[in-house]
Amino acid sequence: MDDISFTANEGEILGFLGPNGAGKSTTMKIATGFISATSGQVEVAGFDVNDQSLESRRNIGYLPEHNPLYLEMYVNEFLEFSGKVYGMPSKELKVKIKEVIDKCGLTVEQNKKISALSKGYRQRVGLAQALLHDPKVLILDEPTTGLDPNQILEIRKLIKEISKDKTLIFSTHIMQEVQALCDRVIIINKGKIIADKTLKELSAESGNKTYRIEFSEEIDTSVLSGISGVSNVELNGSCQYKIETTSDKDIRSQIFKIASENDLPLVGLQEEAGSLEEVFHTLTGQN
Amino acid sequence: MFTIFIKEVNNFLNSLIAYIVIGVFLTSIGLLMWVFPESSILEYGYADMGTLFTMGPYVFMFLIPAITMRMFAEEKRTGTAELLFTRPLTSFDIIAGKYLAGFFLVVFSLIPTVLYYFSVYNLGNPVGNLDTPGIIGSYIGLTLLGGVFVSIGIFSSSVTENQVVSFILAVFLSFIMYSGLSSIAGINVWGEFSYIIEQFSVLYHYGSLSKGLIDLRDIVYFLSVIAVMLLITNLIINSRKW
Repeated sequence: MDDISFTANEGEILGFLGPNGAGKSTTMKIATGFISATSGQVEVAGFDVNDQSLESRRNIGYLPEHNPLYLEMYVNEFLEFSGKVYGMPSKELKVKIKEVIDKCGLTVEQNKKISALSKGYRQRVGLAQALLHDPKVLILDEPTTGLDPNQILEIRKLIKEISKDKTLIFSTHIMQEVQALCDRVIIINKGKIIADKTLKELSAESGNKTYRIEFSEEIDTSVLSGISGVSNVELNGSCQYKIETTSDKDIRSQIFKIASENDLPLVGLQEEAGSLEEVFHTLTGQN
Repeated sequence: MFTIFIKEVNNFLNSLIAYIVIGVFLTSIGLLMWVFPESSILEYGYADMGTLFTMGPYVFMFLIPAITMRMFAEEKRTGTAELLFTRPLTSFDIIAGKYLAGFFLVVFSLIPTVLYYFSVYNLGNPVGNLDTPGIIGSYIGLTLLGGVFVSIGIFSSSVTENQVVSFILAVFLSFIMYSGLSSIAGINVWGEFSYIIEQFSVLYHYGSLSKGLIDLRDIVYFLSVIAVMLLITNLIINSRKW
């Protein structure tokens, strides 16, 4: 890691983005106190990670990459162990375990051995473990890798739900996830922060937009390229067109107007969600 | 520390390791003491428990590394170490918890052998013709020796993430500490240093305890070996260079 500095605020979901090997996990390992930084300092909930290491660790809920769990333990047993490690009194712990099992949708699986659970459920156990002691800061390292689309949606929903009164940092390299969850995004590459912006600022950055439109029959593309700002129109499959613009102005209403003026049978009009991907690509792709 | 201790003991009990270790220990010691003609008490006719205390360390030398080999190696290999070391626990808590769990198992496997004492006591002629203080001393010695082997095992487990490597290293180091050093001291090149080297070996202090003389120096020796081993483990664990 090279000279990185950022603050995550309370109630905020901070997405940590970067290509593989950029240093996302390393940053998180340093923040959780698993490895120590050669220089610089990290504060969690006001506690220095090195000097007040126990207090800072008490305030973190951490889901490491690959979600390591004690496979030979039962779900309940594992959560009980996790809670005891945080010194929770057993009465409070019982209530809390019930609560997180409920929240994470583990009710049916709670008496199973962790080794018998599918990946999605293991991920929930990992999340439950991170939430158990009600930490102020949640650090989730790639919480949705390797899950099927349904599970990803459920985990995302869960993350959104639990993040209300917490500071949440999570890493990913999936763009849709950032768009679905984050308030703010930090992009790092090769150990350096190359962007620290809110989602809106970042989408605006791309400066150009892509639209996909569909007509029920082939049309003359020249009417479309006449719209101001349009840089390229290409046929993409039968009767489908891809329009690229150089400005970040929304031209959908204009397209519609032109279509109706020229009596073109417009059946589909969609703004492409790929703009963040482009930003990501331009920021991390070169060098 | 206590939480880790409970977790490790539960792990022993759930994974059958505890039953196998205790069962194998008692079976092999039982066979050596009562059945095998070369070492059987019934055959050689003296009412003592020498067999338990001379063979016990060699059985421990293989069984204890088998208990301790997974303690850190497994956590590192599966990544649960990251889970454990990001909790509000000091590494001392974790090491001590694991150490005590191993030691607990050793003590637990020794307890049933007290039955042998009563058997030999009643088989003696006249009844009770037995060196009781020597046996008490030997028990203390064997327990402490078990403690040293557990600390060596924990150390070996912390240096690698491969359980086989950890096992072999622990057996080797236990062997060196137990009788290797005193054998090395026997080589005729050390001159007057030979005695000093001998004093570093576990065998020397174990032998002196089994005479029934509970000397503070011997106890201190055992405790300091354990302490040094666990401190080195602590250094390795904290360095995170694994």
